[in-house]
Amino acid sequence: MSATVAGRKIGSPLHYRLRRYFVEALCLLLGFVLVIWTLAPIYNMWMIALDSHDDVFNGSVWPAHASLESFRVVATEDFWYLEHFWHQFGNSFIVGGMTTLLTLLIGSLASFTVSRMHLRNGWMLTNAALMTYVIPASFLAIPFYRIMQIYGLSNHLSSVILALTTFATPYAIFIFSQYSKSIPMELDESARIDGANPWQIYYKIYLPLMAPALVAVGTYALLLAWNEYLYNFLMLSTPESMTVAVALAQFLNSDESPWNFMMATAIVYAIPPIVLYYGFRRYMAAGLTMGGVKG
Amino acid sequence: MSATQQAIAVTRASPARSARRAWRGGLHGSEFIWAIAFALPYVAVFLAFVIYPIAYGIYLGAQPQLYAQLFADPRYLSSVVNTLVYVGVGVNVKMFFAFLLSGFFMRKNWWVKALLVIYILPWATPALPAYMSIHWFVNGQWGMLNNVLYLLFGIDGPVYLNDHWMGLACNIGAYIWKNMPFWTIILLAGRMAIPQELYEAAAVDGATGLRKFAHVTYPLMANLYLVCVLLDTVFALGDFNATFFVSGGGPAMSTEVLATLGIRYAFTTALPRLGVATVMSALPLLIPLVIILMRKLRPSEGQL
Repeated sequence: MSATVAGRKIGSPLHYRLRRYFVEALCLLLGFVLVIWTLAPIYNMWMIALDSHDDVFNGSVWPAHASLESFRVVATEDFWYLEHFWHQFGNSFIVGGMTTLLTLLIGSLASFTVSRMHLRNGWMLTNAALMTYVIPASFLAIPFYRIMQIYGLSNHLSSVILALTTFATPYAIFIFSQYSKSIPMELDESARIDGANPWQIYYKIYLPLMAPALVAVGTYALLLAWNEYLYNFLMLSTPESMTVAVALAQFLNSDESPWNFMMATAIVYAIPPIVLYYGFRRYMAAGLTMGGVKG
Repeated sequence: MSATQQAIAVTRASPARSARRAWRGGLHGSEFIWAIAFALPYVAVFLAFVIYPIAYGIYLGAQPQLYAQLFADPRYLSSVVNTLVYVGVGVNVKMFFAFLLSGFFMRKNWWVKALLVIYILPWATPALPAYMSIHWFVNGQWGMLNNVLYLLFGIDGPVYLNDHWMGLACNIGAYIWKNMPFWTIILLAGRMAIPQELYEAAAVDGATGLRKFAHVTYPLMANLYLVCVLLDTVFALGDFNATFFVSGGGPAMSTEVLATLGIRYAFTTALPRLGVATVMSALPLLIPLVIILMRKLRPSEGQL
């Protein structure tokens, strides 16, 4: 880099300039390939959603008669798979919201004990969380299903909320423990001297100062809950209790499903998390790298 | 001990010391009760929803004859091969490209920054719509991919999902498409955390391109890269959605991986014990990974 900068100053020997153009051209080419690679499936989604039913099968690469008909069908629940669509949309919001709240509450309380109060053997809690984080959720699905029946929660939203909270909390504990290192212990100390009990320290000092980490983890939990499929599918079976993910996958049960309606549903389902992601991108990135991705 | 290790060691020691000052003499009486009360919700969740399912799963999958049944099943054996290919190729190809691309995204041009915003779209999109779209994208008769091939080159593409290896390749490709942006961002953050002074010092010493990479970037990124690979190996091992929604395990269950085969045994053929045994047979691979990762990810070591 310094060579090109220096080169520019003293009037660019030809081969430096050529090399710079060559690198720039390669980068543009790579960028072009990346855009195609990234957008192809997304474009495909929109194309099918905008097609009319017959056009889906006509082998074109753009919608011949683009219309928003499929989106109207989704919005007005005008198809029998979509009868309860907005109710299911609400269910997804309930699952997402409750999972987020529980994850933040349980995670922040646990990490407060471990990183601020130094409970003896607190490391066991951290290790338990880590272990949960590195066990694939799908491997626990079968016993989980049985256990939810034993707890009497099958086909109830709370079963999914509890399952997803279980899988989101370890990440929360991990991020919170990392982030709380940046909050000086002296704050806790002085509050304690002033007579605050641990709950007051947690509520009045720890939580407000943890706000950025709370936002990052909250976004993570909400996205995890909204996007999860397997547990939703196993636990929730009636149209009234389903979330959008399960309802969407139902389209695959029949060979004669209208694919344009399916893709329109998929797009409507994908919009909230995408908006959320781009809205909180800075916090998410900060959350992922929080605690330093040190070398 | 390198400078970074020292820094890590210092950050590890200091909070513990000041904490001891804060709660001088250990936790007593009411404070101890508060600490227990704060830890209790997570302990309850962990016991009820992690330990109990694991114990129940071990109980379900403990009969030796289940494994005899599994090893006699050709679909199981092919799913083991698929899982190894899926994880081995899916993780390593993705990480390799993610690492290269993280270097590309370090460039300061405005259009590279704009490209990054587009590039993370697959990660922001939920898995289900994305994989459904890819399933249609590679459809042999009406899929976009073959339509484009026909338009551009006049060739009739194959029916990808009717072939074992091409179906598996589609699943892996979908998994890479969905997750590569995430790991690129992680590795990008790792690269940005390398102090610029190191590169400047290397430049003063006469290092250029490849040597800067070999003596600055590589040593500082190696650990992060390794952790990412291990972590993603666990994620890929448990990945259900790509296989379930792109190829659906077909044709004739030939592209199933352990995660999907277990669920299929348990819920389609109503053999939950066999399903659990399928998943448990991944433990010889999973347990060492979990142990290594738990060591690497200990919070004080500050990795992801």
